[in-house]
Amino acid sequence: MSEVQLMKGNEAIAEAAIRAGCQGYFGYPITPQSEILEYLTDEGRKRGMVVLQAESEVASINMVYGASGAGARVMTSSSSPGISLMQEGISYIACAELPCLIVNINRGGPGLGTIQPSQGDYFQSTKGGGHGDYRLIVLAPASVQEMADFVYDAFDLADKYRNPVMILADGALGQMMEKVEFKKYNPADHIPPKPWATVGKTRDRERNFLTSLHIQPEKMEQINLALQEKYRTITRNETRSESIETDDADYILVGYGLAARIAHRAVEIAREKGIRVGLLRPITLWPFPYGRVQELATKAKGILVIEMNAGQMVEDVRLGVEGRVPVKFYGRMGGIIPSPDEVVHALESMIHQPVEANVEEY
Amino acid sequence: METALAHTDIEMMDCVYEKPDTLTDQRFHYCPGCGHGVAHRVLMEVIDELGIQEQTIGVAPVGCSVFAYHYMNVDMQEAAHGRASAVATGIKRMHPDKYVYTYQGDGDLAAIGTAETIHTANRGENILVVFINNAIYGMTGGQMAPTTLLGMKTSTSPAGRTIETAGFPIKITEMVAMLPGVYYVARTSVHTPNAVRQLKKALTKAFQYQKQGKGTCFVEVVSNCPSGWKMTPLQANKWMEENMFPVFPPGEIKVPKN
Ligand SMILES: Cc1ncc(C[n+]2csc(CCOP(=O)(O)OP(=O)(O)O)c2C)c(N)n1
Ligand code: SF4
Repeated sequence: MSEVQLMKGNEAIAEAAIRAGCQGYFGYPITPQSEILEYLTDEGRKRGMVVLQAESEVASINMVYGASGAGARVMTSSSSPGISLMQEGISYIACAELPCLIVNINRGGPGLGTIQPSQGDYFQSTKGGGHGDYRLIVLAPASVQEMADFVYDAFDLADKYRNPVMILADGALGQMMEKVEFKKYNPADHIPPKPWATVGKTRDRERNFLTSLHIQPEKMEQINLALQEKYRTITRNETRSESIETDDADYILVGYGLAARIAHRAVEIAREKGIRVGLLRPITLWPFPYGRVQELATKAKGILVIEMNAGQMVEDVRLGVEGRVPVKFYGRMGGIIPSPDEVVHALESMIHQPVEANVEEY
Repeated sequence: METALAHTDIEMMDCVYEKPDTLTDQRFHYCPGCGHGVAHRVLMEVIDELGIQEQTIGVAPVGCSVFAYHYMNVDMQEAAHGRASAVATGIKRMHPDKYVYTYQGDGDLAAIGTAETIHTANRGENILVVFINNAIYGMTGGQMAPTTLLGMKTSTSPAGRTIETAGFPIKITEMVAMLPGVYYVARTSVHTPNAVRQLKKALTKAFQYQKQGKGTCFVEVVSNCPSGWKMTPLQANKWMEENMFPVFPPGEIKVPKN
């Protein structure tokens, strides 16, 4: 049974969440993602979901902590300043190993910034964001269809690893309308039993308590080691990327989300001009596809990273490349979306510059 | 780390008090004379007497009672500093048929968590909030709290709290009582047998109202902090009666009409 619908990215996320069996949503309005809260308040409630507009993002994420700890499949969504406010709570959720989905429809910063699309939250999404050594699984959709598909994946990954999962998109993906098809998915087949949940201590078991406090350093180190082990497993099993026209490529563009779509168009234009260029699109921003970057770096003459920020993911690309070939960066900030022609221009100037030149360009 | 109580040869017929099953065997880490221990015991006794251990989920704060889950033998979650009532909201919304309570200090509930406290109450979340007001930050070593009395010395008000620099002690319990979503509000203490009885009554009512779906119930315990106040337990309780009660008078503050 396939139903193709025309939908905004934000609505696709909300609709997929309902179909994925999300039982609770806690959120606070912020542009450009309020449609998720609005859609769920209407449709989600009608279809049995608990939907609560909280007093702040701080409250939202702590409600998610409580509800997830009580065994429910739950989520929140926000945009950049709101995600900043959630970081302490996300760190607690990561340490207490509670599954949940956090959607970030990235807008331009820093500060109040702009409501226009941006990728300025790569660092705060992939590098911890809050305090301590923890990781989120971060999925970066590049279409409305993926906005929907990744919701199911996110909930399943969250449950599988007892880890918070973030969908990191941007305001343009949230607002754009595209065709989307919702896959068949029966939540009961996917949601595992949660014997650790706080649902009332029955006589046949010890009490469950959820905490991120381990005051003895030896214990806290053990907790950290266990988390790191889990993160290694996730890295082995779940790293995802897409490679387009990379087989014969002399040059590789790297971009995620909306920037990847623009870079894809740039690949087409550049190929028409005779430049053999391909695109690597990281789908999991954490775990980052370092291995794939490394493979491509052994064959290519140069790599150009395209982002809607001042150069954040480029640091991970450089870690993967390890100096094998020049890595250059082209980005726009403040809510400006680069055009495919700008990207082609940046590519051409990289090709025509001496190889050792590794300067940033904005 | 659970240490079983040493076996004693007391005959059951001599036994006048038994630790309820809702308290674990773990020894309290609280300072001698601290109100937290008694407040824990009373809360757990009420849960035991009402027979609701299996349906109850508690939320521990950040503060001296951060380890409440080591002592309270019910399912529990440890919340971020100030966010206990948001965590409790998340639990309760997913399990409206369960009993949910928070246990929070004054710094947790009335400073960093004020927004969550007020909005949880304003939504009338059908939970119990237990508020331990000792007018100081115990866990972090005796700094000024939002409820610190005027003139009271703490490590961050060494010459005594002044209105000019720190404003007045906040009466958050009275503020909460004003909200229509809040059904029942009481203030007691735990320093005398009679006070303990009052607390027990208040907590019992609160859980009964929760069962009836009446909305937020809020029970403040005016407590002490012998360590932070730099007093013996006896001095602390006397000081509490003489100085805290005039500002935070015990009694029922909001009772159902009818
Ligand atoms: C975000 C954050 N800020 C500050 C702290 C440090 N801190 C821990 S407990 C506490 C105050 C506790 O005082 P109170 O709530 O009155 O409880 P008591 O210890 O007196 O029982 C503070 C400031 C923290 N853990 N987290
Ligand atoms: S520091 Fe104060 S509040 Fe904390 S346990 Fe000691 S006496 Fe009790």
